[in-house]
Amino acid sequence: MSTGSVEVVYRGIFQKTLAKNICRGIVFAAKNEGKIGIAFGRYSDSPERNGIPAKQFAVVADTEEEMEEHLSRYEPDNNDVTIAADDTLCKGVECWAWYGLQPINKLLKEGGTLLIPSTRSVNHLIGEIHRKGMPYNLAIVKGTASFSGLWVYKDDHTDVRLLGALAKVAPHIVSLDSILATIDDRLKATSAKKAYDLVESVSVGANQGNDEVPFEFEMPGWTEMEEGLVIRGIAGQQEVPGRDGGYVPTRNPTFKKFSTRTMRPVVNFDTCTQCKICWLQCPDSCFDITPDGFYDANMEACCGCGVCEAVCPVSQCITMVNEEAFTDNDSQWELWIEDKESYSGWLSEKISEPPARSHGFHHVGQYAEEIANEPS
Amino acid sequence: MNPPKTATAKKVNVAAARAPRGGSEELISGSEAVAHAVRLADVDVITAYPIRPYDTVMQYVSQLIADGEFDCEYIVAESEHSQFEIVKHASAVGARVFCGSSGVGWLYAFEALAVTAGLRLPMVAMVGNRALDDPGAFGVEHNDALAVRDLGWMLAWVATAQEALDTALIAYRVAEDKRVFLPCAISCDGAFLTHSQAIVNVPGQDMVDGFLPPYDRAEKQLHPDNPITIAPQANEDWVMEIRRQSDMAARRARDVIIEAYDDFNAQFGRGGEPFIERYMMEDAEVALVGMGTLAMPVKVAVRKMREQGKKVGFVRVRWFRPFPTIELQEALSGVQAVGVIDRDYSFGSSFFSGVLANDLRSALYPMVNRPGIVSFIAGLGGREVSTDNVIDITNKVLDAASGGDIDDQDTYWIGVRE
Repeated sequence: MSTGSVEVVYRGIFQKTLAKNICRGIVFAAKNEGKIGIAFGRYSDSPERNGIPAKQFAVVADTEEEMEEHLSRYEPDNNDVTIAADDTLCKGVECWAWYGLQPINKLLKEGGTLLIPSTRSVNHLIGEIHRKGMPYNLAIVKGTASFSGLWVYKDDHTDVRLLGALAKVAPHIVSLDSILATIDDRLKATSAKKAYDLVESVSVGANQGNDEVPFEFEMPGWTEMEEGLVIRGIAGQQEVPGRDGGYVPTRNPTFKKFSTRTMRPVVNFDTCTQCKICWLQCPDSCFDITPDGFYDANMEACCGCGVCEAVCPVSQCITMVNEEAFTDNDSQWELWIEDKESYSGWLSEKISEPPARSHGFHHVGQYAEEIANEPS
Repeated sequence: MNPPKTATAKKVNVAAARAPRGGSEELISGSEAVAHAVRLADVDVITAYPIRPYDTVMQYVSQLIADGEFDCEYIVAESEHSQFEIVKHASAVGARVFCGSSGVGWLYAFEALAVTAGLRLPMVAMVGNRALDDPGAFGVEHNDALAVRDLGWMLAWVATAQEALDTALIAYRVAEDKRVFLPCAISCDGAFLTHSQAIVNVPGQDMVDGFLPPYDRAEKQLHPDNPITIAPQANEDWVMEIRRQSDMAARRARDVIIEAYDDFNAQFGRGGEPFIERYMMEDAEVALVGMGTLAMPVKVAVRKMREQGKKVGFVRVRWFRPFPTIELQEALSGVQAVGVIDRDYSFGSSFFSGVLANDLRSALYPMVNRPGIVSFIAGLGGREVSTDNVIDITNKVLDAASGGDIDDQDTYWIGVRE
């Protein structure tokens, strides 16, 4: 018996086709072994929104009955393998239809494998991933996240590399041979084989990892919900301890959206002219007004869209930086006020953090430019 | 089999014999009567788009405005869809609204009709019942209004111009009640009601003001001082709860309707029983059931049959949504057979019956001694339902009741050329 399921957590728009390719690859490979396979996207997700965490699943079974058992629930919740197609997803994900922040390993079975393409170290990633309470394996395929557009996939071999690595960490689902049999391109087959050989896997203990308790909430019953499809505005201002003046709007405590972020803006308050344009243009109203009139991007609310960087008239005042460079959502302005000199050092260090990322395409031809500029 | 549900509906004090009080006697059509109700309800926003027979209402409303008798925002939209969308939004900001259409015009607004009920907005609309195309036809069929029967719309059918006026006032009171907040459509048979004139008591403003409180959306009103969002996108984790709320509102509407008729009867000296009208039902052995203006030939035929010693009665369904299950079970509990006359069709449905017959059959199913139901389709496209037709129908029902050849699981087309 070699039935099982694979969850692929990916970023909306940028990785939708990648996730689909991986799941289809699993099904085709399973078919080569005479097994039944099904691939599907989680319908409640909203994969047509930039960067929002979303999911695809592949289920493999020997018999129709086994397959029905897998499919008789909304989504497989005890997966052999969870693939996080982008390492920034390790901080937890809040999909469109989730209620709170879910640990990336939440739907992984005990002893299953979390598979991630990343250039980060094992310890770095374990430090981000929430504790699971049971042991599992963490496997890393060296590489950066593959980002493209909604209907396209930048053919950088990420799909076949993850499939090759999957055959190594979960051979009972699909073997390397059956994966290779689905790949026509010799170069891509080589990539799959190399990933199979090079994937590194370590055991993660039950209590290893990030001890943050992810935010969550209970959904109200129908008698508790307001009738007439009314959603109340959240009025007023948040009190921030130790801060007198400025304006921090009250925000939705149950839908924060920040797990959509793959980059975050860092602000150089020394060059900021307080022109307000970032505050005005931010589509998520995520800038807090500080008592001294600066605009501080609130990392509990920021989706990392990059609009502030694009509209800021001061050169390099706002810079989008890879989210992996950060371990918390703390206020940058508070850091700056505390020690301006050390903030300046912190800023330079963060800005130099590789790799650069793209969150969407801002002009026609950008995708072609990125492809052309990538090392072959 | 389960025991029959006992009728628990609150009885309304029907002041049948009392003369109407106040107001003036006017010779007006059903459409004019509705226009007067709209004036008396002091409606804030009205949208119009012409389609016969509903257009008569918009003509009379605009005449009332032109004559200085009535003041409101009167907007001629560029289609029925916009027409209903505009008043939907106006209702959300706290305006009392009126709208209406007929036939395919009503269906062209279907998306707006669905969201109006879904959003729990108490729009009151008049449907001048008209056959749906094709073939293009002006005459009455009930399928237009019935199309919204599953969406949360309350649906009333009226038989006279007086009832049209009264029901419109009752509709505002019920729809705008906080326990309900659902839209209500008053169906007026094209031609027979919309275009024929009768003496109608048009009540004075004071009387109406005493019956109909102002529309108060309170904390659900879209207003800058009340920051709310309405009509969100929701996924499967929320939609069932929202539907359950609408279901509960539709259930609560029953009691609110009963209260409204109680008050209306007390204040205006007319109005009758909510939900259904019973005609010669006290000792009836067979009953006919129908909606709208076909009540007139049916009543004449019932009297003729009575003269022949046949114990026939008639139940006119005044409210189709909420469906008067309890009242119909009670009214029909003593009869041997029921003939349902549908001025509509539900092609391919169980027994190929009309919509009313299908709902009635389902409502009577839990009764231990349920009567047989013979279903009839008549008067489609505005064709006359003659007293002879009704006598033919009644004889078939009597035949079914006495175990004759008539099949009480079939549907008969009456008045169709062979």
